[in-house]
Amino acid sequence: MQQTASKPVRDPDVQVTAAGDGAHVIHLSGAWDIRALESRGRTLQSALRDAARSTDADWDLTQIQRFDHIGAMLVWRTWGRCRPSRLQLKREHEIFFGACESAAAVASSPAAPDRFPLLLALGRGVWAVTGHVLEMLQLFGQLLIDAATVVRQPLLRPWREFSAAIYKIGAQALGITALVGFLIGVVLSYLSAEQLRLVGADVFIVNILGIGIVRELGPVVCSILVAGRSGSAITAQLGVMRVTEELDALSVMGISNTLRLILPKMAAIAVALPLLVLWTSGVALVGGAVSAKAELGMSFFQFFSALPAAVPEVNLWLGVGKAVVFGVLIALIACHFGLRIQPNTESLAAGTTRSVVTSITAVIVADAIIAVIFSDVGWS
Amino acid sequence: MSGAPVVDVKGLWTVYGDLVVHRDLDFSVMPGEVVSLVGGSGSGKTTLLRQILGLERPHRGSIRVFGVPLHTCDPGLFKKIRKRWGVLFQHGALYSALSVFDNIALPLRELHAFDADFIRDIVMVKLDAVGMDKRHASTMPADLSGGMIKRVALARALVLEPELVFLDEPTAGLDPDRSEAFVKLVRDLHIKLNFTVVMATHDLDTMVSVSDRIAVLADQKVVVCGRLDEVVRYDHPFIRDFFLGERGRRALSAAPALQTN
Repeated sequence: MQQTASKPVRDPDVQVTAAGDGAHVIHLSGAWDIRALESRGRTLQSALRDAARSTDADWDLTQIQRFDHIGAMLVWRTWGRCRPSRLQLKREHEIFFGACESAAAVASSPAAPDRFPLLLALGRGVWAVTGHVLEMLQLFGQLLIDAATVVRQPLLRPWREFSAAIYKIGAQALGITALVGFLIGVVLSYLSAEQLRLVGADVFIVNILGIGIVRELGPVVCSILVAGRSGSAITAQLGVMRVTEELDALSVMGISNTLRLILPKMAAIAVALPLLVLWTSGVALVGGAVSAKAELGMSFFQFFSALPAAVPEVNLWLGVGKAVVFGVLIALIACHFGLRIQPNTESLAAGTTRSVVTSITAVIVADAIIAVIFSDVGWS
Repeated sequence: MSGAPVVDVKGLWTVYGDLVVHRDLDFSVMPGEVVSLVGGSGSGKTTLLRQILGLERPHRGSIRVFGVPLHTCDPGLFKKIRKRWGVLFQHGALYSALSVFDNIALPLRELHAFDADFIRDIVMVKLDAVGMDKRHASTMPADLSGGMIKRVALARALVLEPELVFLDEPTAGLDPDRSEAFVKLVRDLHIKLNFTVVMATHDLDTMVSVSDRIAVLADQKVVVCGRLDEVVRYDHPFIRDFFLGERGRRALSAAPALQTN
């Protein structure tokens, strides 16, 4: 930065000359600033170290043309962080060593390594999961209290938020759930038809598709889509509201975060998801029927008139009921992780990821539990 | 204070749809100067700053930094230029996912020229230079106060030993005490390290106490650029309102430049 305009700026250089009394003089010259050192830092560092071997050397820094903190630090470290006894220095370069001196890096000692890292990690994991479960229970309890408040004071009902959420979570997801449902129906029907034809049991395609889609695939696939689509959106939205202090702004106005933001979303998912599941299952059955017609030559009329006999009505209610449970789980997890986000970008990213992974896992675990509980129900 | 200008803007036009923000604007900064850009809201201070930084393209005109035409030079050269300047954004723009230490160390690490130990020492020097306690090195930006964020951001802007420093509203959001301390810090560092400063500001006290020259942005151009006493004497409605209103007179009464006249 300090520029000597008269002479051209030379590259940084280290030279050792012998003085009269047998001592050495180390001359530094040229540009010792970041732009010169950027490419030569390591070679100069070793050159300096070689030159500094003799302990009682004279240091001559007056030929340095450009100097800055980076250059000063390089020299300072060669000196072992204290000034040599004999040193010649330009006056304007004094401040750089002054800065090195006053910073006198008090090396913070690194934390001692943990003694049982695995055990510690396990403990931390259990502790974290327990914390999440407890906080989610608390949130759920708060939501129940809010729901009771809403029933008692109908004026408080956040209808606008509720209908907006229904539109975003339900109506806007109709396209993607239909596409995925239709394709799953086609693929499942095609694969089953191949197998059934081998044993000549073509008519059972209706049973396989009916039970499989209405009872399992429809609800699970649709819930996973909603968890990825709306769960992440809810988490990110609440997270950003935390970052921008909107949540605090609501609190100080005396507006309950849970009542105004979370309850409508949970209610909306609990209403919209069963409807979406019906829609997805329906489209998937149409996809299955199309494929069955192509593969097995079964007409649509034949397919759909055999359906009520093959799939007892209770399967439909089971699918819808599951969807309500999944919806509440997705909303609860998304809101929980959204509220925990710290005001920084890393936390926002981690929170959204965790929210989606957790809610998808929760949907599948809950599905397995429900499958065991209702294993005796719904067979023709 | 001699030689070619560090920043040289000539015939700059900025047009958004029908809105002309800059009309044939000229602006230059000489080495070692502190130049303040002032102007009302919407006068295009920030836009001009962003164009000089290469974040936005002007509609017409040339912008030279260190003598290099920014918007037409080759990307490799532009990259080199970017290492020679430091920027303090209005809200600090610290990377929220990194600690204070890592924020300041990041530009140094990007050079791939120094080892971790060396970088740590340099970061400590810079933290010390902006008056931050070493205890805050591991703090996350979200846990810092407004004044500390500005200090850390300044340390990060200065870590590559820039020759040119841009300050966008350096005292916005600080209380008078803090902003005075921050201005003093900038002034001290400027005297010590002799970098060039371009500063966009609203704050009269800041401007009066550190600027060598003041550029007034109004009517889509720089209407006047000169020492404080020259600017105050220039007849323009914005200058009358800004400098010679009650608030302005109070700030000016403390200005050494005018007292000597």
